[in-house]
Amino acid sequence: MAERDAITDPWGARTPYGPGERWPVRVDGHLADGLTEDDVDRWVPTAAVLHSNGDGMELAVRDGRIVGVRGRADDRVNHGRLDVKDLYGWQAGNSADRLTTPLVRRDGTLRPSTWDEAMTRITDHAKGLLAEQGPSALGFYTSGQLFAEEYYTLAAIAHGGVGTNHLDGNTRLCTATAAAALKTSFGCDGQPASYTDVDHADVIALFGHNMAETQSVLWTRVLDRLAGPNPPALLCVDPRTTEVAKAATVHLAPMPGTNLALMNGLLHEILANDWVDHEFVDRCTVGFADLEAMVADYPPDRVASICGVAEGQLREAAALLGHAERLLCTVLQGFYQSHQASAASVQVNNVVLVRGMLGRPGCGVLQMNGQPTAENTRECGADGDLTGFRNWANDAHVAELADLWNLDVGQIPHYAPPTHLMQLMRYAENGTLRFLWVSATNPAVSLPELSRVRAVLGQDRLFLVVQDAFLTETAALADVVLPAAIWGEKTGTFTNADRTVHLSDKAVDPPGEARADLDIFLDFARRMGFRDKDGAAFPPWQDPESAFEAWKKASAGRPCDYTGLSYELLRARGGVQWPCNEDNPDGTERLYTDGRFFADPDYCESYGRDLITGAPAEPDQYRAENPDGKALIRAAEYLPPHETPGDDFPFALITGRTIYHFHTRTKTGRAPELNDAAPDVWVEMSPSDAAAAGLGEGDLAEVTTPRGAVRARVRIGGIREGVLFLPFHYGYWDTDSGGDKAGRAANELTMTDWDPVSKQPLFKTAAAAVSRVPDEDTRGDVT
Amino acid sequence: MKLGLALRELHRAERSLARDLLAVADRHHVEHEIHHVANDLVLWSADHLSGIADAARRYDLDLDPGLPGRGPGAALRAKLSDLTGRFAAPGLLLLADLRRLHRKAAGVSLDWELVAQGAQAVKDTDLLALTQKCHPQTLRQLTWTNAMLKTLSPQVLAS
Repeated sequence: MAERDAITDPWGARTPYGPGERWPVRVDGHLADGLTEDDVDRWVPTAAVLHSNGDGMELAVRDGRIVGVRGRADDRVNHGRLDVKDLYGWQAGNSADRLTTPLVRRDGTLRPSTWDEAMTRITDHAKGLLAEQGPSALGFYTSGQLFAEEYYTLAAIAHGGVGTNHLDGNTRLCTATAAAALKTSFGCDGQPASYTDVDHADVIALFGHNMAETQSVLWTRVLDRLAGPNPPALLCVDPRTTEVAKAATVHLAPMPGTNLALMNGLLHEILANDWVDHEFVDRCTVGFADLEAMVADYPPDRVASICGVAEGQLREAAALLGHAERLLCTVLQGFYQSHQASAASVQVNNVVLVRGMLGRPGCGVLQMNGQPTAENTRECGADGDLTGFRNWANDAHVAELADLWNLDVGQIPHYAPPTHLMQLMRYAENGTLRFLWVSATNPAVSLPELSRVRAVLGQDRLFLVVQDAFLTETAALADVVLPAAIWGEKTGTFTNADRTVHLSDKAVDPPGEARADLDIFLDFARRMGFRDKDGAAFPPWQDPESAFEAWKKASAGRPCDYTGLSYELLRARGGVQWPCNEDNPDGTERLYTDGRFFADPDYCESYGRDLITGAPAEPDQYRAENPDGKALIRAAEYLPPHETPGDDFPFALITGRTIYHFHTRTKTGRAPELNDAAPDVWVEMSPSDAAAAGLGEGDLAEVTTPRGAVRARVRIGGIREGVLFLPFHYGYWDTDSGGDKAGRAANELTMTDWDPVSKQPLFKTAAAAVSRVPDEDTRGDVT
Repeated sequence: MKLGLALRELHRAERSLARDLLAVADRHHVEHEIHHVANDLVLWSADHLSGIADAARRYDLDLDPGLPGRGPGAALRAKLSDLTGRFAAPGLLLLADLRRLHRKAAGVSLDWELVAQGAQAVKDTDLLALTQKCHPQTLRQLTWTNAMLKTLSPQVLAS
């Protein structure tokens, strides 16, 4: 196990390798000061939870406390390596400010209570609303960081027990477009490619994907390929000059909001040069003619002027894609959280489809996730999907689920798509949603237009339950706060962006009276008295392993088939990729290797949506267009963004991430090394923009949009002219400021707008102004 | 020949739908998806109007190629929407507005059908091409209004 200063050296030493070779092992680890491996009582298997990569690792336990981590050398995902956040982030669990008892609001103040009092208050309220208004009054907003067992249980409770359509995860913010893009192109969610495709690819194209910071271990895999013989060429699409951009053969830096125009331009060149695998297109897809007609309107000169990129660069990028023999494409927030998110991400799928780059080593597409367990919210149906990638618009699928749960089919809402988070917030705003249960997420910092979000969540008429490990900005607004156990303190499974399932075992006890999320949900169900058709308690399972066994049954025969997995097998083998069943006992590395898809009209998860209007397609329409269940090539035209720079707000503002923090810093802000590495918000701008505004490196600037203001120190460089970048991680729990005046959270500035297809809110479309804060006015500075 | 009459009626119907889309976008400023997508869908109507006006010249008709204005009350409508954003009652108004948009889009669709039939009868291939480009977009506007009604109505009606 190698220790290094991962703060200054986040990617560590190179272990070069060539195409088709096995990525060498390098075991990273970190133990609390003064300890060696000899001091560790036992090592407990788990995987990384501070990003979406799913790196296999072990927790070091000594005297009933977690004292360190190390990577698993035998894990297929990371071959021993760990992200800087994982090396230090575990310390958050030992923080003195963990929540250790439930809190209930009395006379306007949150005060400690017993579990019985807190749960009774919740169930009394829920029962009252069910009697008065029915299930439409109740909603649940969960996380991207719980376990599959917990999501499946919550889905069963919300959809089956309460019978409400209002259940979503904060994966809506990070991964909804990944799911929507996969459903659009392949009829079903499910990542076609595998991380191992990095080992074989000769071109890797990253679309809005700052892999170096968001999935740093996968990036070390790319760096090791780049350092070895016959390295791949990289294409990077990003308005910032990220580490990925620096390593790229071609870097395109389009104006924010123009991704779809850019993709149509690239596809125009691929088609115009006939870099098309016609045999694959004919055999495996429908819709090619529509794409041909659409991209004909996007010649390079037009696209160059829309996107603000050089025509020659655009042609170079297209040639890179067009000449690739083994092309791997990856997509993340630069596309997912930007204007026309799904339409643009679908065009990446189209590049792969028209080039016939699917189902072979080194080929495919990875529509990445932002959070560690995002995949599970989607599979289990806790995020606006039905359990097991079932199709809410297919009555037979709903009936199957009702049978599985032994419930009346009418109990499971399927009259419309499950309500997405942004609509849920709207229902809370207009007073028709009166009970909201938030688990393991922090909307008061992570959602756009925070002044509105605080006002909605702070309403007296909304009964807000928050289940978390810490008193977050959201928990501070709650009526009841439930203290939750976290990673390392409970058992469950979770699945990363390339379908790898890991078991995370309980290593230590949670502090005080904190309880596992699964136990809390099941306690709620028991107290509510949910029953199946035969009068048995629903859900019928009672602990992690029985929940997992129930989830396996729900996944049987579906694309995300877990039936070949067990806790025992996962403990022994580490990560395994689904589908894992009788036919694929060792898991499945790549999907669609035979050119067949999960897109059959009777089997598919979705009939698709209109890429411009977002309207769901009707079953008959889908059946007529795609009777044989092929992949779907869907085209769409570019539309201008809903807020564009102008006289008063001349910059395009985008938000994003740093490698040292995860989400709203609830954990990473409590790890000293990580906190010190990036203690406060900053604004990134180009040298010429900074000079024009009279700003120098480190000056305090005020960034404003029509919705608010943020004060941040200036970092010059690393971004195209006309664009400002703010990291979104910073909130108010560790400041005195309440966000009343110039705030610290980037989302004070963002606008409420979402992609009509995936319903993912847009964080990379806002017009902003920037000015220097006079020296004498820095006393209120939140630093 | 009465194809000019059909074009004039189509133009009237398209303008009326566009005006309503703009009004709905403003009136439901707090319903963010309605607001933004309605504004997007007006772009199709704008294209249609300019195409219809071009084609109409061949039939000696002088039709306005532009979109109708948002009207003097636009800012007021948006403000009113913001001010009543905390109340549930405007939900019914939203359903009524979507219902009217749906009926108008259906009317526009029928008018495109008529113009396409006429264009084929008089062998005006340019006009036929215009209908083939625009009519599917009208149908998508129609599907959108139906889908939003289907998605948003359960909460309005149950609460």
